[in-house]
Amino acid sequence: MSKQNLKLVVGILLVGLVAGMQAQSNTVGSQIEFTSVAKMNAAQPSASVPLGLPAITYPKDNPQTPEKVALGELLFNEKRFSTTKEVSCSTCHLPEKAFTDSPLEVSEGIDKLTGTRNAPTVLNSVFATTFFWDGRSPSLEDQALHPFVNPVEMGLKDHQPILDIVRSNPDYRKRFKAVFGKSGNAITMNEVTKAIAAFERTIISGNSPFDRWYYGGEEDALTKVQKRGFNLFVNEGRCVSCHVIEQTQAIFTDNLFHNIGVGINDIQKDVPKLAGEFLQADATASEVDIKVLTDKRTSELGRFAISRNFDGLGAFRTPTLRNIAVTAPYMHDGSLETLKEVVEHYNNGGVTNEGDPVNDFLSGGIRPLNLSEAQIDDLVAFMESLTSPEFTQAVKSK
Amino acid sequence: MRQTHMKRRDFLKCAGAVATLPLSTVELAFADTDKNFTFAYISDSHIQHIQGNKFVHNWDRGLIRAVAETNLLYPRPDFVVFGGDLAQLGKKEELDHGAEMLSKLDYDMYCVLGEHDYYLDLGKYWSKLYGRHYYSWNHKGVHFITLNSILTYDKWTYERWPSAEQRMNEMAGLDNPNGSPFMVGEKQRAWLKNDLEKVSKDTPVVLFSHSPIQKIYKGWNFWTEDAEDIQAILEPYKNVTVIYGHVHQVQYNQIGNISFHAVMATAWPWPYPQSYAQAESHLPKLTIPMNRADPFHERDATGWQLINLKSGRIAMDYNLYNNTNRTVRYNPEIGKPEDSFYQAASRQIAPQEHY
Repeated sequence: MSKQNLKLVVGILLVGLVAGMQAQSNTVGSQIEFTSVAKMNAAQPSASVPLGLPAITYPKDNPQTPEKVALGELLFNEKRFSTTKEVSCSTCHLPEKAFTDSPLEVSEGIDKLTGTRNAPTVLNSVFATTFFWDGRSPSLEDQALHPFVNPVEMGLKDHQPILDIVRSNPDYRKRFKAVFGKSGNAITMNEVTKAIAAFERTIISGNSPFDRWYYGGEEDALTKVQKRGFNLFVNEGRCVSCHVIEQTQAIFTDNLFHNIGVGINDIQKDVPKLAGEFLQADATASEVDIKVLTDKRTSELGRFAISRNFDGLGAFRTPTLRNIAVTAPYMHDGSLETLKEVVEHYNNGGVTNEGDPVNDFLSGGIRPLNLSEAQIDDLVAFMESLTSPEFTQAVKSK
Repeated sequence: MRQTHMKRRDFLKCAGAVATLPLSTVELAFADTDKNFTFAYISDSHIQHIQGNKFVHNWDRGLIRAVAETNLLYPRPDFVVFGGDLAQLGKKEELDHGAEMLSKLDYDMYCVLGEHDYYLDLGKYWSKLYGRHYYSWNHKGVHFITLNSILTYDKWTYERWPSAEQRMNEMAGLDNPNGSPFMVGEKQRAWLKNDLEKVSKDTPVVLFSHSPIQKIYKGWNFWTEDAEDIQAILEPYKNVTVIYGHVHQVQYNQIGNISFHAVMATAWPWPYPQSYAQAESHLPKLTIPMNRADPFHERDATGWQLINLKSGRIAMDYNLYNNTNRTVRYNPEIGKPEDSFYQAASRQIAPQEHY
């Protein structure tokens, strides 16, 4: 990692640490009404987080400490935890790419092996309630376990090589002792993933032009076009129902799963067969993890592979839209190259190429929008106002 | 009328998708387990023609999804019932378009006639597609009956309206003073009596109708005028279940020996009407309000049902889009059907009062 990038991470990290020390949850969960003008919603943000983000709550069994976060960052960047010694968490979650691997469609692990899904950002994942595109993991701690042992990610057979390193390496030994008071065999993946999760909980970003306008009352922070786009976002565009904006903060996700007509169309005819085979296998969690990342067709079953509920067929987690201008391509499979294509997909009612069949299991919120070309451009302009200052440079260099 | 779909697909044999439905919660069968079976119930799709080849998108999507999901069921249900109101205004275009979507079902299908299918041409075109308006059959020891419960007074039907279109529109409205209460009528009641004479009193009887064969709310025709007469015909049978559409919401009730269950629509939900006490002793006990509909999600508060018949009693699994599935089943201890989860006060979800 270059020095510049390191600075970036540290910058984000410091904000996060301050947040950690002051974290007393006073999250406001009120529903927003969009009848009032933006200025009226310029509520006082929490002092502990960047403008536009909710207060952070940390798990009781994994409190933040600066030492733990620093250890977590080392582990996040540790390439020796892969079979080739070339892949770390940050390979697919690059700080300068807003913690994605843009412009890759789907992520590359060891030996350039590819998975089936586009790397979701780590940014603001502290506000997520489930992890991975299909929500198959319930916490950041649990999530961190899986890529190590996925054959197309870091490729380890089991977690033993990681434990061997952290139990023997002098620097890690010192750090684990200081953070957890543990050494030798007492260090388990529990401690490793706790440290990684603690680091990830510091990767937050807000304070975008949108935040400065909507929550900060800075009239000039958005252009006229972007303000029109916002209006579409919360009204005709129907975006806000899933990409949530609230009165005092916005994480731009409902933390739920929706079939929006991406991916599932390719396997529509085979859904009965794939769904049936998948269920009969009675797969364990790690088998599911491997299956959905190595078999493109099973991957498209989405949330169904986890919930086994019809409502989850072809459904994927709503991603945040913060810094979305930095993280192309889009959708769970990286199949759409530009934000404009994304809006057009929704404008067609969940269909990428106008005239193609609508998916049988499409979520009820998705329907044709009848937006004009100009309105589509306005919406894209609004999404470009969601870039935090740390990533403005990344947009310019694209 | 029964329709056999010719293209049964073998690959469905290996399809399995029902971990999703709360089948495991059904009480253990205590009789001959070979006779236990399931069927699915789709109802009230209200396919609505706009013009040319344009139909209301939302209603189309509801039926398409119900058919696609039903086709994934494993173990496979023995058949599917469509509970009426396939069309919105009884038009040929609507019935044809709806029938085309229903033809994708990989199961035998039985159809119930709804008032929206009927009052334009008095069921003529519907009959071309689905045959008789009322009929019965036996399946694995259960006697099934389908009634046409949406008839009304001849004078209203044949004399009052200058056009068939106006007659259809008048019957389609709620709280319409020009409407008329539904009824099964004398002719069908005589047929029913005759049909049941051949059935032993121990045989479980399951009756499908579009309107409830009980009196709930007259203003919306959640009502069948001669409900008591039909209940009296069913009275000698030990084990009777009536399943009806029309109300687009979860309802269940017990009157004497008869269990009543309503099914969801695939089109839209109705709110619960204020109970209208015209027939005091027959008011259903609507114990649990349905979770409210989310106006963003067009499919919220709609869905379809998988019905489990064990020892002649049904367990109704509601597959509710964008919502939590629920099961209503007969509880032998209290002698009536009840929701299997939400009975305890602590589990009930308070209605939303703040918007």
